[in-house]
Amino acid sequence: MSAALQLDDVRLAYEGARGLHTVVESFSMSLDAGAIGCLLGPSGCGKTTVLRAIAGFEPVRAGTIRLGDSVLSSVATHVQPERRRVGMMFQEYALFPHLTAAQNVGFGLKRWARAAQRERVAAMLALVGLADAGERHPHELSGGQQQRVALARALAPEPALLLLDEPFSNLDAATRERLTAEVRDILKAAGQTAVLVTHNEAEAHTMADHIGVMHNGRLMRWAASVRPTRDNG
Amino acid sequence: MTHLRSVGAAWRIASVAIALGVLAPVLSLAWLAVGSGLAHWSHLARHVLPQASLNTALLLTGVGVLVLVIGTGCAWLVTACDFPGRKVLHWALLLPLAMPTYIVAFAYLDLLHPIGPVQGAIRWALGFDSPRQFRLPDLRSMPGAIFVLGFVLYPYVYMTARAMFMTQPAHLMEAARTLGATRTGAFFRVALPLARPALAVGLSLALLETLNDIGASEFLGIQTLTVAVYTTWITRSDLAGAAQIACAMLFVVLALVLLERNGRRHQRFGSAQRMRAIQPRRLHGATAWLATFAAALPVMLGFVAPALYLVWETIKRLRLGTGISSGLVASLGNTIGLAAGVTVVTVAAGLVVAWAVRNQGSLGNGARWQARAAVLGYALPGTVLAIGLLTPALAFDGALGSLIGHPGLPLMGAGIVLVVACAIRFLAMPVGGIEAGLARIPPALEQASRLLGETASGTLRRVHLPLLRPAIAAASLLVFVDAMKELPATLLLRPANFDTLATLLYAEAARGTYEEGAMAALAIVVVGLLPVMLLARSGLSVQAEAAR
Repeated sequence: MSAALQLDDVRLAYEGARGLHTVVESFSMSLDAGAIGCLLGPSGCGKTTVLRAIAGFEPVRAGTIRLGDSVLSSVATHVQPERRRVGMMFQEYALFPHLTAAQNVGFGLKRWARAAQRERVAAMLALVGLADAGERHPHELSGGQQQRVALARALAPEPALLLLDEPFSNLDAATRERLTAEVRDILKAAGQTAVLVTHNEAEAHTMADHIGVMHNGRLMRWAASVRPTRDNG
Repeated sequence: MTHLRSVGAAWRIASVAIALGVLAPVLSLAWLAVGSGLAHWSHLARHVLPQASLNTALLLTGVGVLVLVIGTGCAWLVTACDFPGRKVLHWALLLPLAMPTYIVAFAYLDLLHPIGPVQGAIRWALGFDSPRQFRLPDLRSMPGAIFVLGFVLYPYVYMTARAMFMTQPAHLMEAARTLGATRTGAFFRVALPLARPALAVGLSLALLETLNDIGASEFLGIQTLTVAVYTTWITRSDLAGAAQIACAMLFVVLALVLLERNGRRHQRFGSAQRMRAIQPRRLHGATAWLATFAAALPVMLGFVAPALYLVWETIKRLRLGTGISSGLVASLGNTIGLAAGVTVVTVAAGLVVAWAVRNQGSLGNGARWQARAAVLGYALPGTVLAIGLLTPALAFDGALGSLIGHPGLPLMGAGIVLVVACAIRFLAMPVGGIEAGLARIPPALEQASRLLGETASGTLRRVHLPLLRPAIAAASLLVFVDAMKELPATLLLRPANFDTLATLLYAEAARGTYEEGAMAALAIVVVGLLPVMLLARSGLSVQAEAAR
């Protein structure tokens, strides 16, 4: 299978008062189409920065980020976030509070025909098990429901790559455990290539096909995950 | 949170009396308007109201659009973009708040006069000799009034919009971008709808000020409802007619208050999700300088140009060596005396209401309507308030005069009625400020004081008042400055031969003489800068907090 996502020798840095402060160095990884990758590491190790760079919110200082055949980011190139076909599910879900669940899911479908929009929104809400919650506003939904709406919204425009930034960290333990497996099933059903960021090892193994362990801005290991079977948890 | 039921009967009675005092002008207005029969009304409805209503509607619409565009645009620019001068403009955009509308109109009438400096310079640059060959459109027109009021009142929208944008979580904009929205698209589809309640609050405050304005409208020849109230009473001595127009204005006030309340109710959008704030994006080259120009223009037109004009006119006047007239000195003394009196009365009343509300809070309903009634005055245009207050004040004053054997109107003559009118109009500021200050004092302090044997009043004096000092000082400053600038109510309720800086300026502009008006205006603006500096400081601290 060809690599859908490819990062080569990427360096990421923030501009500070005393010049550039490097947070990620010599980062390389590749992920096949339809696979789920996971960046695992403690807080501050740079994993979210990598995700934001793939989404186009951070510039790369060296190296290249490719999606399929196109270069998304390099020192010379920076494709704007809205043109990358990269969806993102935020840690805090980032649901638009002034829109209903259905309007949130339909947000990225502006260029679709009306009927196709309606169909896609309904299909996405059904996919995440919220077919009846379309008219509710985010504050009327539970944490788990908000998370599902955020997932449906990110999947709706059919992104080539989906990024998930600590998607389960705001949920209680029981809901988290249930949703981790569910989200993997949804992503696999949609054939979605995805990169997940987490600091929870069990979550990483349940969700991902490949796991990269990060420490101090470097990728220490990138290997296939040992997924637990449903029976042994 | 629970409070001790410590409020005494005296506090409660005082608080209720204040709330009734605020409602009295409205009730009196209604009584006066209804009681005077339909003869006045049919005349007004035929000859006065149609034109005045149309003018008011056009002015409110024009000013509304202008303040929304300038206020929202500038707020977004300083929040989301980084460009040369951004840090200065961040607070400088508030400066027009120091400029009463009538002063800006006064300044621009002279600045943009056909034989004034601006048009003269343009003619010189274009090679024309006389105003007959070239002149700009007359400022004394509806577009002129919209321009003047819009560039002075946009900070109300700027302030509320900026606060909203600064607290909007960055990830909402980022989510919109990952879903295919451009920067502009994300602004119109996410940032702007989320800020809509805040914009409604800012817009309604700016429009209430527009409705309150009498000086600028009159100088610029726009017969609004406010001007109609004034001329109906002063020129035609028709108090009943003035009351009927004022009653019609109350409907507009009510609509604006509802707009504001509705906006405040929905402001939860902004504060519900307190996360990483939007980081300004650095602009480069011509785009950056264009942003600087766009954000600086409202400050230049709404503050710098008229302020420089006032400074220049003042210097010119001082150079003539004629000195400062005794009339100007007397007006300055009157203004300070009036503002000080209004400050003491308003802040004291604000303290009574806020304290009674806090301590009745756990008892429920009674306190709530008192607080709401007490702060209604801010929405009443000065002319409406003055007309409403006049009848009960005259009746009370007459009775008092005959009781103490005073031939005239003792309270009116001493300016006490004017102080009461200003207090009613500005009461919302100390009530709001002191309530917010009280909310930050934990009930445990009060409980500890009472358990240590202190009475309720003693606790207020020894615990709350020292802790409330900053809130009281800020409220005092705001009330003092607003009382200094106040024009409509002062024009109608001042004692005979009593001029403040504002009325002196009004009289000069009305006569078309510009002798000491600039000095009076400059004094008002300089003092008016104090609360703006206070606001700018609090805005900067919000910005620092959002950046953390």
